[in-house]
Amino acid sequence: MSLTGLFLISFLIVHLLGNLQLLIPDGGKAFNIYAHFMSTNIVIKFISIGLYVGILLHAIQGIIIVLDNRKAKGSKYAVNTYENGNWLSKNMALLGTFILFFLCVHMGDFWYKVKFTDTLDLITYPDIDYQVKDIYQRVSMAFGNVWIVVIYIVGLIALALHLIHGFQSAFTTLGLQHPKYTPAINVIGILFSVGISLLYALIPLYMYFAKLSNY
Amino acid sequence: MQLTLKVWRQKNGNAQGRFEHHNIEAEEHMSFLEMLDVLNEKLISEKKEPVAFEHDCREGICGACSMVINGRPHGPQTGTTTCQLHMRAYKSGDTITIEPFRANSFPVIKDLVVDRSSFDRIIQAGGYISVNTGQAPDGNTIPVEKDQASDAFDSATCIGCGACVAACPNGSAMLFTSAKVNHLEQLPQGKVEHNRRVKDMVKQMDKEGFGKCSNVGACSVECPKEISVENIAALNRHYLSSVFVKK
Repeated sequence: MSLTGLFLISFLIVHLLGNLQLLIPDGGKAFNIYAHFMSTNIVIKFISIGLYVGILLHAIQGIIIVLDNRKAKGSKYAVNTYENGNWLSKNMALLGTFILFFLCVHMGDFWYKVKFTDTLDLITYPDIDYQVKDIYQRVSMAFGNVWIVVIYIVGLIALALHLIHGFQSAFTTLGLQHPKYTPAINVIGILFSVGISLLYALIPLYMYFAKLSNY
Repeated sequence: MQLTLKVWRQKNGNAQGRFEHHNIEAEEHMSFLEMLDVLNEKLISEKKEPVAFEHDCREGICGACSMVINGRPHGPQTGTTTCQLHMRAYKSGDTITIEPFRANSFPVIKDLVVDRSSFDRIIQAGGYISVNTGQAPDGNTIPVEKDQASDAFDSATCIGCGACVAACPNGSAMLFTSAKVNHLEQLPQGKVEHNRRVKDMVKQMDKEGFGKCSNVGACSVECPKEISVENIAALNRHYLSSVFVKK
């Protein structure tokens, strides 16, 4: 759980760095060329298979642990208090399921359309000699719809909450705890969780409002 | 003070349990267990079955008193066992819900009494050292640094009451097992059998059907001896090294 979780966190960083190129005001050129590279490079292809396996493993491990733990706990108490664990740590499965659902929407919207349909326009840029799919156009269209933006924001809030517990929990599970470093790990975990989700949220928000101001 | 008690009654492990309501008069200087004694005297005088609950030392060191009071193992005070909880923590007119520890590995025997022998079997799997260490003076023949001795003692203060399992939403025994492993690991006498101990105790813990730790931290909050979750991280570290690094 901790290893797959940390692997997925590392993906979040790479994915964010790539996608922040959507915010470059060049009509999507940098992003389209980057996306073309990511979808054709053989090394990236292998890494992406690792990523799908990582997501699946993380989800399957999660389901197994939840079922096991439900069995181990048996019956519940009549009275429950905050001291029995905060809401976040007790609802990782709920948040995770929500994120998985969001991932399906997200991949259906972009990944599926890019890989398996011909709905995207091909575009050429004067300084490169091959055609690339205009994914920027597709992203910009999607983020012009306020409801899609809302789904992304809600999905990212779930991600932030999931990470706030997940980040520091992964370190404890791996035995990486030390009175000197653990307080720092906890603070970095919260800053990272909120920060990365905010930066991700910036993309749909920026694109929605940029489009709005163009009309 | 007038109290309404909502007490869990269950004839035996197979019977269906239910809450029973009792109104009693207690005094604020009574301990929680003395308040239950008052309830039982009342029940006996009414020719009713008294409420079964465990107790032994009544001074907070044996870990026998196991009950969940208003949703919290050992009641509302931190670092306090049920026997050391006093009725001054409550107001007249309060309703107090009393339940047994709940976890599949702690089956109810009767009313508030649960079977915690799964803990004994975890200790039997490795929570000991195999050599005779002699009398108290012999303990001083191997010098142990004060800091190290204090850390070991912090883990050793675990009284094995099971509040950690009771508090854990996963029914996990990681805090108990990790405290027992770390107590011995940090002393030269215990270090010798360390790798075998970690593996055997974790194996027994899983065999007993305890849940998996998801680092909720409720165990440490409810622990009457305030055992730190750092023990859990240390157990994870030792377990990984005993499985992957040491032969």
